[in-house]
Amino acid sequence: MRYLDRSGFDALLRSLIDAGYDLIGPTVRDGAIVLDHIDGVADLPAGVGEEQAPGAYRLTERSDGRLFGWAHGPDAGKRFLFPPREVLATISRNGDGMKVDPPAEPERPFAFVGLRSCDLHAIAVQDRVFLELDPAYRRRREAAVFIGVNCEEPGSTCFCVSMQTGPRCTVGFDLALTELDEGFVAEVGTPRGEELLAAVPTREATDGEVSAPERVTEVAAGRMGRELDTSDLPDLLYRNRSNPQWHDVAERCLACGNCTNVCPTCFCHDVVDGVSLTGDVATRTREWATCFSAEYSWTAGEVVRHSHEARYRQWLTHKFASWIDQYGTSGCVGCGRCLTWCPVGIDVTKEIAAIRATDGAVEAVTA
Amino acid sequence: MSVTQYNDVRMSQAEGGPTRIAVVNRVVHETPESATYWCNFRGHDGDGYEFQPGQFNMLYLFGVGEVAISISSDPAHPQRLGHTIRSAGRVTDVLTKVKPGDEIGIRGPFGRPWPLREAEGGDLLVIGGGVGVCPVRPAIEYAMRHRDRYNRLILLMGARTPDLLPYRIELDTWEAVMERLGVELHLTVDQKDETWPYEEGVVTTLFPKANIDPARTTAMVCGPEIMMRFAGKGLLELGMAEEQIWVSMERHMQCGIQLCGHCQLGPWFVCSDGPVFRYDTIRELMEVREL
Repeated sequence: MRYLDRSGFDALLRSLIDAGYDLIGPTVRDGAIVLDHIDGVADLPAGVGEEQAPGAYRLTERSDGRLFGWAHGPDAGKRFLFPPREVLATISRNGDGMKVDPPAEPERPFAFVGLRSCDLHAIAVQDRVFLELDPAYRRRREAAVFIGVNCEEPGSTCFCVSMQTGPRCTVGFDLALTELDEGFVAEVGTPRGEELLAAVPTREATDGEVSAPERVTEVAAGRMGRELDTSDLPDLLYRNRSNPQWHDVAERCLACGNCTNVCPTCFCHDVVDGVSLTGDVATRTREWATCFSAEYSWTAGEVVRHSHEARYRQWLTHKFASWIDQYGTSGCVGCGRCLTWCPVGIDVTKEIAAIRATDGAVEAVTA
Repeated sequence: MSVTQYNDVRMSQAEGGPTRIAVVNRVVHETPESATYWCNFRGHDGDGYEFQPGQFNMLYLFGVGEVAISISSDPAHPQRLGHTIRSAGRVTDVLTKVKPGDEIGIRGPFGRPWPLREAEGGDLLVIGGGVGVCPVRPAIEYAMRHRDRYNRLILLMGARTPDLLPYRIELDTWEAVMERLGVELHLTVDQKDETWPYEEGVVTTLFPKANIDPARTTAMVCGPEIMMRFAGKGLLELGMAEEQIWVSMERHMQCGIQLCGHCQLGPWFVCSDGPVFRYDTIRELMEVREL
């Protein structure tokens, strides 16, 4: 394990930019820590902390000047690897008929810095969805560099320990950093990470520094804001499709789709056509969709899921149950974003606990 | 085909634009709400194209979008493709304006087909309801072409009213010659009128007349979900095993390759795990409201 001070860390980031990467990292914008294009350490949220709760997110000040003294904002890697809007093809029509052209190649590969263990796990989850079926995702994913930062300050809505996805980075990183008072301890995950580290000033980590990742994340694990009993999933949710609890949560749910937008694994999308004013060029664009909308389930002239109840049940059951059947992993990484960014503060851990507490209850069917 | 092989097929037909262009050469109005669009591939676009009965294509209309449509023509002639389309949404509404000479894009074929090979040696029972007759038509064409591979071939076709039954002229013709070909065809409508010389009643009322042998029959069913639920229930009551009954499901599909998420039905992606499902894998899900 190597130690690098803040100037070494800055050199690491600059080396990525110099190598042609589009550096993506946390920065403060619009009152939140977001992921965006950054130029170096100066753009990182130094001395910024967070308070999170169901339906609440606030930035706070920290006296210690830490760069990563917070859990995470609304963004995850998804916004870049599977962007909210993406042109898939351009189709032109002239005297010779239709012609299909692929989109222009992306300009620069991404280098992510500051992703959390939950975010890295979420990318591994999306890999199972996209990697074998979507050339655009695959190209971006395989070209990208991932520098994770171990979580020291979990939010009150976090439950990665329950989902076994954190807080310590264990998958999907080239380098995993642990922030200390004056610098970072770096663990190497891949040969590419080793190369990156070799190109910047570092020194051998001391015994105390070597134990820091374990020590810091153990403390963080003990401060998880939430926990979720995952036993008996997926069966618990499969056998409770008629549980009246779905009706209860539907009375609160606005079906706004915030949860699916901030979820780092939600992958559902539409592909829509736009036509040029001249009428001879159509652009096929992929856009994030949400299973909370009516049109999402539009089938043969009808909406299948009329009620918020059915839509909430679809989302939760997919995320925590059928995802396991489909992809061999849960669709939830316990990041808690869907709690924090829900405008009415619906808490999935409580909703699943409520189903568990009323296991087997059946809604009286009217009509 | 293994999962890896099918992934390769889907990756090569990835979301985006059509991979082949075809030209519509004939539009046949089947019912007041549906028409069959016959097309040929443009240039070499049809090279290597083939499909199996029960599979679907993503059809693309310039500037409008893609829609998943079951192939309803003979699989022995994959270069002459027919899709019967009911106007039911944004894309299919525009499809009704397509005329001979117009181009459409094609991506596919996708989905699990009818288990025609597995059904060989026994009786084959094909049940179609309304526009659901279209996805079983390639299976019928296939079975008639390979008539010797099946013992009895029983077709039960129905619709709400006579004018809502696709391929009416063909079925009338078939009805006259089927017996000679050793095919048992029974036609019914829920409500008959003076143009209808066949049976009256929902499709399950044909079951006793068809004299189905539950031990040696494979059933392939396609129609509205409620019709498939009743047909499935009726076949189970006759003593058929759930594993011998197959249904073709419909859900909204935007990609056809298990990527867009829209067609989920419980754990299944209808586009890739279906559209043809063995009844025991889907029966309980069909009974859940708004799933």
